[in-house]
Amino acid sequence: MNVVLKHNAVEESLLAMAGKGSASDSLREFGLPTRRVEAWHYTDLRRLLKHVPARAEKLSAEDAKTAAGDYPRVVPAIRLPLFDGQYLEEFADELPAGCSVSRYGGANGSNYAKDDAIGLLQGLMGAEGVQIEIDGGVTIDTPIGMPHTSTNAAYSGIAHSVSVGKGAKVSLIERYLSPDDMGVQVNAISHLNVGEDADVTWVIIQEHGNDATHLAQLHVSLATSSKLTIIMLNCGGKLVRQEIKIAVEGENSELNVLGVNLVGGESHVDVTTIMTHTVEDTASTQLYRNVATSRGHGVFQGQIKVAQAAQRTDAKMACNTLLLSDDAEFSAKPELEIFADDVLCGHGATVTDINDDHLFYLNARGIPIEEARALLIKAFVDETFEDLADENLEKALIARIDTWLQKNGS
Amino acid sequence: MIEIKNLHVKIAAEDTEIIKGLNLTVQDGEVAAIMGPNGSGKSTLSYVLAGKPDYEVTEGEVLFNGENLLDMEPYERAAAGVFLAFQYPMEIPGVATMNFLKAAMNAQRKARGEDEYTTPDFIKKVKAAAGKLDIDMTMLKRALNVGFSGGEKKRAEILQMALLEPSLCILDETDSGLDIDALKIVSDGVNALRDPKRSFIVITHYQRLLEHIVPDSVHVLYQGRIIQSGDKSLALHLEENGYADVIASAA
Repeated sequence: MNVVLKHNAVEESLLAMAGKGSASDSLREFGLPTRRVEAWHYTDLRRLLKHVPARAEKLSAEDAKTAAGDYPRVVPAIRLPLFDGQYLEEFADELPAGCSVSRYGGANGSNYAKDDAIGLLQGLMGAEGVQIEIDGGVTIDTPIGMPHTSTNAAYSGIAHSVSVGKGAKVSLIERYLSPDDMGVQVNAISHLNVGEDADVTWVIIQEHGNDATHLAQLHVSLATSSKLTIIMLNCGGKLVRQEIKIAVEGENSELNVLGVNLVGGESHVDVTTIMTHTVEDTASTQLYRNVATSRGHGVFQGQIKVAQAAQRTDAKMACNTLLLSDDAEFSAKPELEIFADDVLCGHGATVTDINDDHLFYLNARGIPIEEARALLIKAFVDETFEDLADENLEKALIARIDTWLQKNGS
Repeated sequence: MIEIKNLHVKIAAEDTEIIKGLNLTVQDGEVAAIMGPNGSGKSTLSYVLAGKPDYEVTEGEVLFNGENLLDMEPYERAAAGVFLAFQYPMEIPGVATMNFLKAAMNAQRKARGEDEYTTPDFIKKVKAAAGKLDIDMTMLKRALNVGFSGGEKKRAEILQMALLEPSLCILDETDSGLDIDALKIVSDGVNALRDPKRSFIVITHYQRLLEHIVPDSVHVLYQGRIIQSGDKSLALHLEENGYADVIASAA
């Protein structure tokens, strides 16, 4: 029996904008995922994605110059600026010796999996970004920033590909900004290859305005004895899905993920991670702290897969949420899939309100209730980013958290 | 300083009455010790005075310098001069002790209409007070009470008391979990704060603490009431004879 899917308006408009190709064929066949697709159970994209705006127009040379001139830096960084889906090469900072950058048009996907809606969207709409190669043995002290700003209510497709050579050390910052009350849409897919013995920090700062749609993926592969730290802050957007898919496929490699997700207003923020351990003696730790307030809905899906060959895997995952209003919601789904027999795997998910005893202790010292609550909420979140190796980054993240907490009345 | 009249208290979620008609008056500058067997209501009394929300006062009143203490929020009581040194100080992850001290000191000053401390003044004050209690400044950079030993937690409570300069200090089993050296440091810290305008309610199980912090009066709390009051010799009597004869003579 062949059932023909009846497309909704968003799917129709996507098909009209995309033209022919394998992505269109896949969309025609599957449509956008609904809650019946396991990976999208808590984020019914077909229902939540109300509209896909047209692709952003190319900035005029003048506008690009103005925009790039005003660019706020999050920390002192080597800046590769992006605006409205374009990499503004002429305004990029010079890269130090041992690394190169070029314009990148994204991977040409085909045969999209039914749950790879973000990849499929990028296949339909196209993308632009940077390709960065870090040579072996190179240490780059200043972080490389790839900030993207949306300046009008349009669609931007971003694609980055970063390859870090043997023994190299580098930090990279992906950052997304847009003004409040502007219906921007960003689809961002990054690929990161961490070479043998390399030490990489990858930072994601998603600080969109309150009406942005942000759908993103980070794909990573870790080689032997490599180390990766992912630091992620989601403090903006209306509809957000960040997928992190990591293949821990080099022996003795180590992965740390520290994530903070601040979910307020009417926003829906989904972080979905899949860590796949395929070889012996690897370690991963993941810590997520979330605050959900107002009518926000947060989602965390964390999957840890340990293959039969991946003996002595040490994988830990914790997801702690403060739920601060009756209308806020948080869905957490930790998942372990273990085929090896000699492993240490653990996960914990908690959803709580502020601890009454802590609150009383602060009150009993004269700190009024609202101030005490704010202090405790801030402490809960800030702890995630305590003692980062990069103090500038730590300060910048804490400043963003403070701004969000003030704005969201917590 | 404080007048507790016919106080009745139950646990808010239950019907169990814990304080059953307690009367106690503590004068300005007086150190009043409260002793009593386990379960007599000592900790409940300290929590009720500090304003913990888990308890409900069903009858009676508490006048603090003539004002109705029970009508005040916990943070208002603190600003008015009530300080409870907790038996089990809370560990609060993520809140650096220094930040907490500054927030507390300035909140109280603000509530009293005083100027907030500048950072240098604040640090100077903390350094001086910490030195007297043998507290290392690096300890104060850590999260509040997190990973502190039992002795460090109690010393941190006394440090807060010294910095907040309350007029009524309630010490809830401050001696529990202290070794002899720590007990001496903590007691010296308390004695240094003794003042004609500052009163203390010292809750303890043991005479030992009262050798260091010598009380003006001793009260026996049993089944939610003060059943006997006396001077410091009462504590010695209890140490030697236990509570049995005091309870028997009150019955």
